Amino acid sequence: MIDITLDRRDLIPALFPKPDEYLFITGLAGPAKDVCAHTGESENVFAMGGAMGSAVTTALGASLSAPDHRFICVTGDGELMMAIGSLATVASMGPTNLSVICIDNGCHGETGGQWGHTSRYTDLSMMAEGAGIPKVMTISSAGQMNEAKAFIELGEGPRFLWARVLNGPPSKVTRNWDLIQRRQIFKSGFEARQSQVE
Amino acid sequence: MSKSAREDWSRKIFDRLLAEGVELFGYVPDAGNKAIIEMAEESNATRPILLTSEEEGIAICAGADLVGKKAVVCMQSSGVGNCPNFLALIEGAKFPLLMIVTMRGDYGEQNPWQYPMGQAVEPVLEAMGVRCIRVETDVELGDALEAAIGGAFKAGQAMALILSQRFLGAKPFGGGAN
Repeated sequence: MIDITLDRRDLIPALFPKPDEYLFITGLAGPAKDVCAHTGESENVFAMGGAMGSAVTTALGASLSAPDHRFICVTGDGELMMAIGSLATVASMGPTNLSVICIDNGCHGETGGQWGHTSRYTDLSMMAEGAGIPKVMTISSAGQMNEAKAFIELGEGPRFLWARVLNGPPSKVTRNWDLIQRRQIFKSGFEARQSQVE
Repeated sequence: MSKSAREDWSRKIFDRLLAEGVELFGYVPDAGNKAIIEMAEESNATRPILLTSEEEGIAICAGADLVGKKAVVCMQSSGVGNCPNFLALIEGAKFPLLMIVTMRGDYGEQNPWQYPMGQAVEPVLEAMGVRCIRVETDVELGDALEAAIGGAFKAGQAMALILSQRFLGAKPFGGGAN
């Protein structure tokens, strides 16, 4: 059994000291909270509150459509298991500007902490490798954070970071639940970035 | 339907989507979308994306819109059953969407497994806020295509272009084939 010591609330801040360098698509629940708390749910974040399973392929559609920008998809183990085939879709398309981070607490934290498959025998790094994701890394302690940060920053993707975390609470945050507005904010923010690139 | 007839209407759909600026074509393979996807593969301006489940294509359309681009998703009618959960994202955030659904379980179907989902396609899509435009004959295709594209990319609606089995031609086979 692997020794997991990583507090999920420390993960996103440590990986992304300058989050404005990336565009974030997050899955629902804990991953959305961790990213929104760190970024203040800024214009470069589109965080789901439902449509479980949709984060990876939403990020894929965006990353293929905007190859000059770097995308981070942050998902949870429950959501990723529900959409595990999407890793194969990502691998076949090979977006060099996409990183998928799975914050794996081994349970369904949002609904009461019911156990998840990764708390038993399921190995998400092997599933990502098996899907054909060329770069895969696993972390489970704060001591691996610099290495994980370099993994995200350097070279080309697609890549998959399996972050095994303690079964503790996600970051506290008050989110904007108006998703029509959130879509518009992201789109306008992206347009502004695009004009800076050009 | 002859191969050349399928090439003709597929070309009409593909060329119109290309002119509209659609770049990504998510799909799960179907006999009905085979030629469109081959065209998307051949063009330098478009990319087909093979999906493991049709719902992925719904999310890809949303992702493309977030960065100001256009995508469509092509699927057989049976795949519509895989989409409702992700359609919550489309309806909730008012993403534009264009689905191209090639029917089974429809006029002339000989495989009983295809009927339940085939017959539920339009009720399911409408329940999730997707407006359906159905094509029964060749002469309807042009107007239907304009209506679907205009609804999605001009009016920002979720649209499905439903190519019926009467239009496509029912697949003939002996018992047990699919």
